[in-house]
Amino acid sequence: MTMHSSRADNHTWRKIMNALASATTFVSALLVIAPLGLIFFHLLANGASSVNWAFFTHLPKPVGEAGGGMVNAIVGSLELLAFASAIGIPIGVLGGVYLAEYGTARANALLRFVADVLNGVPSITFGVVVYGLVVLRFKGFSAYAGGLALGLIMVPLILRTTEEVILLVPNGYREAALALGVARWKTIVYIVMKTASKGIITGILLALARVGGETAPLLFTAFGNRFWNHNLSEPIAALPLQIFTYAISPYDDWHRQAWAGALVLVTGIFCVNVLVRILTRGRTTSAV
Amino acid sequence: MVNLIMASPDPAVVEHVERPAELSPTTEPAPPLTFQVKNVSIWYGEKRAIDDVTLDIASNAVTAIIGPSGCGKSTFLRCLNRMHELVPKTRVEGRVLLQGEDLYSSTVDPAIVRRRVGMVFQKSNPFPTMSIGENVIIGLRLNGVRNQKFLNERLEKSLRMAALWDEVKDDLHKSGTSLSGGQQQRLCIARALAVEPEVLLMDEPCSALDPIATAKIEELIYELKAQYTIVTVTHNMQQAGRISDFTAFLYMGRLIEFGSTTKIFTNPSQKQTEDYITGRFG
Repeated sequence: MTMHSSRADNHTWRKIMNALASATTFVSALLVIAPLGLIFFHLLANGASSVNWAFFTHLPKPVGEAGGGMVNAIVGSLELLAFASAIGIPIGVLGGVYLAEYGTARANALLRFVADVLNGVPSITFGVVVYGLVVLRFKGFSAYAGGLALGLIMVPLILRTTEEVILLVPNGYREAALALGVARWKTIVYIVMKTASKGIITGILLALARVGGETAPLLFTAFGNRFWNHNLSEPIAALPLQIFTYAISPYDDWHRQAWAGALVLVTGIFCVNVLVRILTRGRTTSAV
Repeated sequence: MVNLIMASPDPAVVEHVERPAELSPTTEPAPPLTFQVKNVSIWYGEKRAIDDVTLDIASNAVTAIIGPSGCGKSTFLRCLNRMHELVPKTRVEGRVLLQGEDLYSSTVDPAIVRRRVGMVFQKSNPFPTMSIGENVIIGLRLNGVRNQKFLNERLEKSLRMAALWDEVKDDLHKSGTSLSGGQQQRLCIARALAVEPEVLLMDEPCSALDPIATAKIEELIYELKAQYTIVTVTHNMQQAGRISDFTAFLYMGRLIEFGSTTKIFTNPSQKQTEDYITGRFG
């Protein structure tokens, strides 16, 4: 082989490898998008026809009767999220502030490790723990138990995002406030947290979107309910639970309702994510 | 540290600095004194950043602290309002008296010290979430002042003193970060003045500014000394010559020489001072 031809071969080989590499990465990228596309396609195809006014305004009908809706599950989910927020937001945000502003290196390392482990714990575990701590003790499934399970899942998520965005606030702002004779806690609340507020809210919304779709931790805490819940110490309906119950049922009508419920749930979570995008759009230009 | 305006080693410039006529010919500051710093040493962990510094800071005068990077200028400045304590594991020995009161006495709240001794930083840092107006009065607000009329008066007064009022009076609601670099620094000065401190510490306030903005700040410093005691750190020797009445030269944490700026720049008694000022090192 002459020098010239070997170089030409080499060049061709490199071209092939290059084309192969870009093709593989392109296919992988497509595969990333594909599930979301498929999910939306299926949900629209199977559920869109059942998403109607009645779905948002009516209670479920008894078995065998056509029609009805999931208004109790939608409202139930919102109630559960509100209760979960009441637990998860204050603990998560304040814990994140502690990590970023007060904690010693050793305490922080431990806290971060625990939070990261909790973030990796399967969500059903939170349900089991709350079942043991609350449901057994108070002898009944309840909205409180469901909200607590979701709230506990939110804590480590919010904690870590809050810590990260607070650490992004340049030290110059803390110094500027302290140099005005402002007390430390006021500096943290009115200067640091205010500067990081977009990021903190983003973390909260992402945590809400995550637990909004959780089913497993609600199975033995909130339990589900086919009627209105008028008492938070009683079982309560939730959209993911209702979808689960309807999807494993043998009735076609319920299957359609389950598809509709899934479509509404995914759309809701999608909207939260869009909101997060809008909130974080200016991130590179503003400080946080 | 970024220093846009580097000191040029040209002694001729220094010699022809115009001195205010009223400057006393004595080399040591005469009473009234704002600060009396007595045998102060500061440690960061094991490292000694300031080594047995003793000097007096005269009231209603500008005292400049010069010296090469890492000599402890900023640390010294920050020990005057206890800002260096924000770094963990710092330790101070010796005494710093502000109007005769020991700043490091156990009964003194550092927040009160900082209200009396304001500070302007190297990098302008207006709060990005606040408007120009809010930036100026935030110190008062967070210290519990609610009276809106009082706040408005103080807002205008502080901006006027910082020579910024005419430029921003119609844009008080705009974001503080929308201003130019020099305006932002004057906004930070207005913010520091609004809480009515007795002293203004300035940590290289012009090092990130262009010459025109620098000239404005220097002019402002000259005007402010009628009402405030000013201590400034600078990398720029001509600037120290232009704006200060007294100059302290720090090197490796030690005070090498301290005296009237005229004396330090024209007839330093220490060889190291002369070498630094003439640009032989640093």
